[in-house]
Amino acid sequence: MLNEGGRTQALSTDFPWVTANHGYSYLDNGATTQKHHAVIDRITAFLSAEYATVHRGVYRHSMAATEACEQVRHAFQTFINAPHAHEVIFTTGTTMGLNTAAFGMANQLKSGDEIVLTEMEHHANWVPWQQVAQRTGAVIKVVPITPVGELDYEWMATHLTERTAVVSVMHVSNVLGTINDIPRIVAMARQVGAKVVVDGAQAIAHIPVDVQALGVDAYVVSGHKMYGPTGVGVLWGKTDWLSTLSPFVYGGDMIETVTVTGSTFCGLPGRLEGGTPPIAEIVGLGPAIGFLQGVGWPRIMAHDEALRLEATTRLKGLDGISIYGESSTKTGVISFGVAGVHPHDVGSILDECQVAVRVGHHCAQPLMTVLGVPATVRASFGVYNSSQDIDRLVAGLEQVMAVFR
Amino acid sequence: MSRLEQLYQQLILDHHKAPHHFGEADPVTHDAVGNNPLCGDMYRVTLTVVDDRLIQVKFSGTGCAISKASGSLMAVALTGLTVAEALALKNRFLEFLNADGDPDGLGKLAALGGVRQFPARVKCATLVWRAFEAAIESGGHPVSTE
Repeated sequence: MLNEGGRTQALSTDFPWVTANHGYSYLDNGATTQKHHAVIDRITAFLSAEYATVHRGVYRHSMAATEACEQVRHAFQTFINAPHAHEVIFTTGTTMGLNTAAFGMANQLKSGDEIVLTEMEHHANWVPWQQVAQRTGAVIKVVPITPVGELDYEWMATHLTERTAVVSVMHVSNVLGTINDIPRIVAMARQVGAKVVVDGAQAIAHIPVDVQALGVDAYVVSGHKMYGPTGVGVLWGKTDWLSTLSPFVYGGDMIETVTVTGSTFCGLPGRLEGGTPPIAEIVGLGPAIGFLQGVGWPRIMAHDEALRLEATTRLKGLDGISIYGESSTKTGVISFGVAGVHPHDVGSILDECQVAVRVGHHCAQPLMTVLGVPATVRASFGVYNSSQDIDRLVAGLEQVMAVFR
Repeated sequence: MSRLEQLYQQLILDHHKAPHHFGEADPVTHDAVGNNPLCGDMYRVTLTVVDDRLIQVKFSGTGCAISKASGSLMAVALTGLTVAEALALKNRFLEFLNADGDPDGLGKLAALGGVRQFPARVKCATLVWRAFEAAIESGGHPVSTE
């Protein structure tokens, strides 16, 4: 049972880090997740006996490694219900995916064109577009958030224009936990002919993602936030949109022919995958996808919600805690402040109390400015967390208050 | 004392709650900003240096208990020293934090030694000192008497 006597149990105990650190509560899943044993085992086996380069070799190991990577491409295609496997572009992570999208679109942007971002974006979805705007003369428009931490869709409805070329928005906020209404944004963008790029880093391990149902043009994720390896991610894009992008990384693997005077580039997905890819990491992503599919979204979402609701209720029961982000549609991400105590001090004391949280601006300084705080404390849940982790968090916060009484 | 008690000694908590020399020097002859981009902590250190002596040492800004207490203790310790004496004390303090050095001659600053067991927090204790160093290195600017 997920929930016995009002207590939420872990969904999986197959995480070696969690076993090795018994008695310690890892609540920094928004930053990165621990690795499922199947991921570790697959990478170890692959590097131990199967490793070779991909795409180029005529020998058996290279062909098998290529096949292993392509299998993961197909697995990811199924995972997000993408129409075609060639639309799944392997990257090194969300930051690389968003840079590929932004700089890839730069040649289509003209002075005065609008790039629409939101106040809650992660720096990975701010800085590439800012750079592209500076180089093209495009203008950045920023969608405000409401007091509960949701996007102001009314504002959006009246501020997208014929000049809006792209809306780039996160699916789930890494600070507020808010799940944004992507289909609603897509409907507005379509009316003005704008493309929609979605930063799915915080969504991919928490809610089902069906890129066709969402209707977006691009969806970007990291492997390491979905119980898979670091150094690998996916940029999915519609074939028509991907085909308009200039490559972001030029070099080996992405070319058709190279002469001393010029080069021609290969088709999708290779055109956007310059250089030797993170082969072992791509292979290791496969079991992470399989793990999430095996557990299933109904259980993952019920577990995430049970922990979020329990933690929210119990934190609100403590004096001096303010929670940032109170949308009714949230994932298991809770940002909060402790009155009179800086988040850094909270983080150090919680670590002494065997709890890992993130403290700081969460790479979302524009959002911190809107919230009027320099930093927050963030607890974010994963499949191995349970009510016991919330017990430790609450006990740790009581210790914080005892030190700073 | 537990690790936490060493980190958050009463002296640290007192200086955090009621920091000394919090504000801006008047007139300002030297100033610099110390910024920790990882956590958003930011302080401005302002000095009044007359005849090579620190007449006023002030700091302002926001940050954690450790950084604020460090600013308060620093301002108290440096006020009245010559620039050379202050830089020597700064070096001795940074050595104490980073290399497990001797607390001799550091007085109340030794209370910040608890951070040595919290490597992630050493930067909190050194932030305002780096700003002080930068203020001196900036060479200062002449004080207008108008």
